[in-house]
Amino acid sequence: MEIKLTLNGKAVTAHIEADTLLLDFVRARGCLSVKRGCETENCGLCTVLLDGKPILSCATLAARAAGHHVQTLEGLQEEAADFVGFIADQGAEQCGFCNPGFVMNTIALLRENPDPTDDEIRAYLAGNLCRCSGYEGQLRGIRAYLDSKKEG
Amino acid sequence: MLTIREYVRAKSLEEAYALAQKRNNVVLGGMGWLNLQKRNVGTAIDLCDLGLDAIEETETDYRVGAMVSLRAFEQHQGLQTLSQGAIAESLKGIVGVQFRNSATVGGSVYARFGFSDVTTILMALEAKVELYKAGVLTMEEFAALPRTQRDILVRIIIPKVRRSICYLSQRNTKTDIPVLTCAVVHREGETFAVVGACPRPAAIYPDGGVLAEGITEETARAFGGKVAAEAVFGSNSRSGADYRRKVAAVLVRRAALALKEQEG
Amino acid sequence: MENKHVSAAVRKKDAMQLLLGKPAFMEDVTPADALVVKVLRSPHAHALIEEINTDLAKKVEGIVAVYTYKDVPQRRFTLAGQTSPEPSPWDRLILDRRVRYVGDGVAIVAGETEKAVNTALRRIKVKYTVLEPVLDMHTALDHPVLVHPEEDWVSVIPVGADNKRNLVAQETTSDGDVEAVMADCDLTFTRTYHTKACQQAMMETFRTYTELDPYGRLHVVSSTQIVFHLRRIIANALDIPQSKVRVEKPRIGGGFGAKQTSVAEVYPAFVTWKTGRAARMVFSRAECQTSGCPRHEMEMTVKIGAMKDGHIRCIDLHTLSNTGAYSEHGPTTVGLSGHKSIPLYTGGLEAFRFSYDVVYTNVQAAGAYRGYGATQGIFAVESAVNELAEMLEMDPVALREKNILREGMVMPAYYGEKANACALDRCLTRAKEIFGWEEKWPVRDMGNGKVRSAGVAMAMQGSCISNVDIGSATVRLQEDGTYTLSIGAADMGTGCDTILSQIMAECMGCKLEDIAVFGADTDSSPYDSGSYASSTTYVTGKAVEKACTQLKANLCAIGAQMLGCTVEEVEFASTSVRKKDGSAEVSLADVANKTTIGNNTSAQVTATHCSPVSPPPYMVGMVEIELDKETGSVEVLDYKAVVDCGTPINPHLARIQAEGGIVQGIGMALSENVTYDEKGRITENNFFQYKIPTRLDMGKLQVEFEASYEPTGPFGAKSIGEVVINTPSPAIAQAVARATGVWHRTLPITPEKVLMGMEEA
Repeated sequence: MEIKLTLNGKAVTAHIEADTLLLDFVRARGCLSVKRGCETENCGLCTVLLDGKPILSCATLAARAAGHHVQTLEGLQEEAADFVGFIADQGAEQCGFCNPGFVMNTIALLRENPDPTDDEIRAYLAGNLCRCSGYEGQLRGIRAYLDSKKEG
Repeated sequence: MLTIREYVRAKSLEEAYALAQKRNNVVLGGMGWLNLQKRNVGTAIDLCDLGLDAIEETETDYRVGAMVSLRAFEQHQGLQTLSQGAIAESLKGIVGVQFRNSATVGGSVYARFGFSDVTTILMALEAKVELYKAGVLTMEEFAALPRTQRDILVRIIIPKVRRSICYLSQRNTKTDIPVLTCAVVHREGETFAVVGACPRPAAIYPDGGVLAEGITEETARAFGGKVAAEAVFGSNSRSGADYRRKVAAVLVRRAALALKEQEG
Repeated sequence: MENKHVSAAVRKKDAMQLLLGKPAFMEDVTPADALVVKVLRSPHAHALIEEINTDLAKKVEGIVAVYTYKDVPQRRFTLAGQTSPEPSPWDRLILDRRVRYVGDGVAIVAGETEKAVNTALRRIKVKYTVLEPVLDMHTALDHPVLVHPEEDWVSVIPVGADNKRNLVAQETTSDGDVEAVMADCDLTFTRTYHTKACQQAMMETFRTYTELDPYGRLHVVSSTQIVFHLRRIIANALDIPQSKVRVEKPRIGGGFGAKQTSVAEVYPAFVTWKTGRAARMVFSRAECQTSGCPRHEMEMTVKIGAMKDGHIRCIDLHTLSNTGAYSEHGPTTVGLSGHKSIPLYTGGLEAFRFSYDVVYTNVQAAGAYRGYGATQGIFAVESAVNELAEMLEMDPVALREKNILREGMVMPAYYGEKANACALDRCLTRAKEIFGWEEKWPVRDMGNGKVRSAGVAMAMQGSCISNVDIGSATVRLQEDGTYTLSIGAADMGTGCDTILSQIMAECMGCKLEDIAVFGADTDSSPYDSGSYASSTTYVTGKAVEKACTQLKANLCAIGAQMLGCTVEEVEFASTSVRKKDGSAEVSLADVANKTTIGNNTSAQVTATHCSPVSPPPYMVGMVEIELDKETGSVEVLDYKAVVDCGTPINPHLARIQAEGGIVQGIGMALSENVTYDEKGRITENNFFQYKIPTRLDMGKLQVEFEASYEPTGPFGAKSIGEVVINTPSPAIAQAVARATGVWHRTLPITPEKVLMGMEEA
């Protein structure tokens, strides 16, 4: 079947199978930041924005995204660059495999709630697993970013 | 491994209904947990173009479209007020924000998962299920429908009734599926509990007069004991039946006492 | 002299690229049009393949090859990434006629698309003779059913293995007269503890790409911690010379030891070698959980002999370890259960005994997982010491202070090594302070059924495999005065590329950004055993130091020639080579340029290091929990840890190692379960069932360091990677016991076990 959608601001027309997952669709179009970490919607590595909302691309048919706006980290480099340095300053990126999903969902969090408490950060990012960092450094990084904005 | 041969965005409920009659066709909800199934789907029927992603308020009800996401459901101001935050409390442990942005209220109800927080809270809110053909049913009536009856879930209707409600769940980890779900509701002098994830689907347990004298430490305990004695519990990988029975008594008691607090 | 780069909390060199999601991992950097490789897996725990028909599978459009046990080389090998000859017996074929666990390989399918391969997998017809499986590790030894009855099974190193007894390793070591000391103690008691086959659960599953290079050699791009061992394993498996194999690793999406075993590589390698086509295999999460290489399930029986005043005089530990269907890391992990738990009490011990049996069973083969046996042993010994504290009505910290290992002591239970650098006592003191032990140790009733309580545990690990594993580094001065650092160790997110660069920058006196670091590729990296056994900073770091010393000498020689003097008259001064009397110098840029013109002195040096000792890092962890006595729920509120890793080369990265390890440990303690049904199938076969901690499940963490100076390590460094996972289980078990009066000796401690345990008590 043929679908049309907007991927990182660019109009895309593509032939897909009915069961092509959005995750595989965007990876096949060069959005390699999007990762698969499980098959059970538990890890959050495949997070993309669909019409601005964070969703799991592993559990979304590409067909359903037809007519919608899909954004991956490839399309949000500047918004990400604004805060990821603070994560790097903690060393909390570690292996990096979960980073894109985590960064995407953090972008969504900060758009929705620009001044979250620590508990709000934990709750919003609960669906993003990380096995390396122990999460605390990610939290410190986000907190440092938020503090720097207040000071700046 | 899930395979799908065709994908159709239904143009009308009638079209969706007609397609859904074939056994290997499936109506898509949010697709959450769909990957867990190993099946070959003929046609995946998507309701996303039917305007079912809205929450409408009438004089008497909130009408929650089948395609409303769990996230939109938990964030809706009116429903939050109506449920005193119990809806958000019931959904916060479901995986994560991204999952709840995809998962739909209709899909969660239609799947009739034994472990459903959504079913439990909707029963507590005395929600009704509107099916395209079968019409409006109570949650219990819907649960009792044979799975072979392939209807289309159109919306959930939540009556605007003044009530106090408290939702509690027991989970092995914070975002795991529940070992037990529980809501206690006080409305117009009546109190009842809903207990689910037993791991059977949720059911309603009236207080049967146990709380007639009001909610006290003793009567709440008696209510918990009564529900735990009446409900049927089973075992699965997350816990055994005995544990669920004990926790049911505790959660019902705590929720009842919390209601008393809320009501002051 | 103040260090400039060592002990600096700099960013990881690859941090920004990773955080911005740039292509870095195997699936990102290899061609997507490679053949898709998948393995048909056994539904039986133990069976013989009577017939296997692949005709229908081969006819599926897009299928390129289907292989069975009839097609593979008949020479046994091991998938364990260990220095050769491996202690793990050679008990594997790429595919075997006998399948030994649910998930064992039955056939390899390679095709153009995933769909074609999935279809073909369904069309392979297998007729099995189902055999009785050995599913209980307690009855495995000398069981009438043998997991490996084959005659060509080989144990190369004498580890006490005997395949005719389902035995993979057996040993007893001791010091002092155990019976006599026990008999003389005021108090002796015995307890048995049980830990499960927990999963590393790194976010990137096992995955490998293989192709033939322009020379017709097998080029392997794999998510691995062990490029050189992998080259040998693949060469052995395919029965080809190592010169025909090149292995490189891209960025790795986490390892934790999982990728110290060649779990995925042999399958696509075999396909590429047979077909000449590029191939790619990506494990699903379910495959990772059921056909991976988890922690060894262990049951440990600890006997402690002590005096009423808290003097611990004797520890007798027996470990039964379950290696599963294959031997990977079986003979070696078990040793750590005793050798890295008992020495913590060197201060008081007069005698110890440590014995073990490692058995084959028909479940998923175990492997290497952070902590590598020490985690299991420390859960047992630390729990037993905590139980002793309860019996003696002593504060467990005070009990430890009486008995612990202190700097300068010789450790009979640790191969007679001397603790040259040991701040364990200071860790204990500092942990008490920052945790607020005095306030938190008493159990506090919070109302509504909730109580708060605390627990403590200590841990140690090693810093390498002494006298065995080696690290190497190649350092080179570039034409423009910048450097390259080439290593065979594998940065799996830990930051070793950066840490080793920091060591080099310190040695050469250059800027960190002037070092380009590269690793690892068997064609271009110097030989390194790989990144495991906590060794990279300690061993490869020392190799970097050695290489820099030699490079400086070479550059001095070139500089002296340019200055027209003897090498004795000059010194290396970071940006120049100068005469010691200050009368003349040549800039490093000029020396660098000279290295490329008419020069016979190498500006590239490779150094290798192997350590005769393995200095332990130490740690103290303290946990505060809130336990719901009516539901059994345990919530970790606060985890404080103090670590002695020698000199932390990069304090931020060391801290993250500690925090990540603690959270993995919390998962092991509370939620990560592995159970089998009656057929030997694993229930927790995906992340829906196997619950690793989310950020809502771990409370608040705080990690501090108590530095010691290890004379044999680079700039005083020891290791940190593994020790950090060891304290949560015993500390949490103690906190639960304080709150409920029940000691949980089998992990994980689930809410159901807590509540039902209280009912029974």
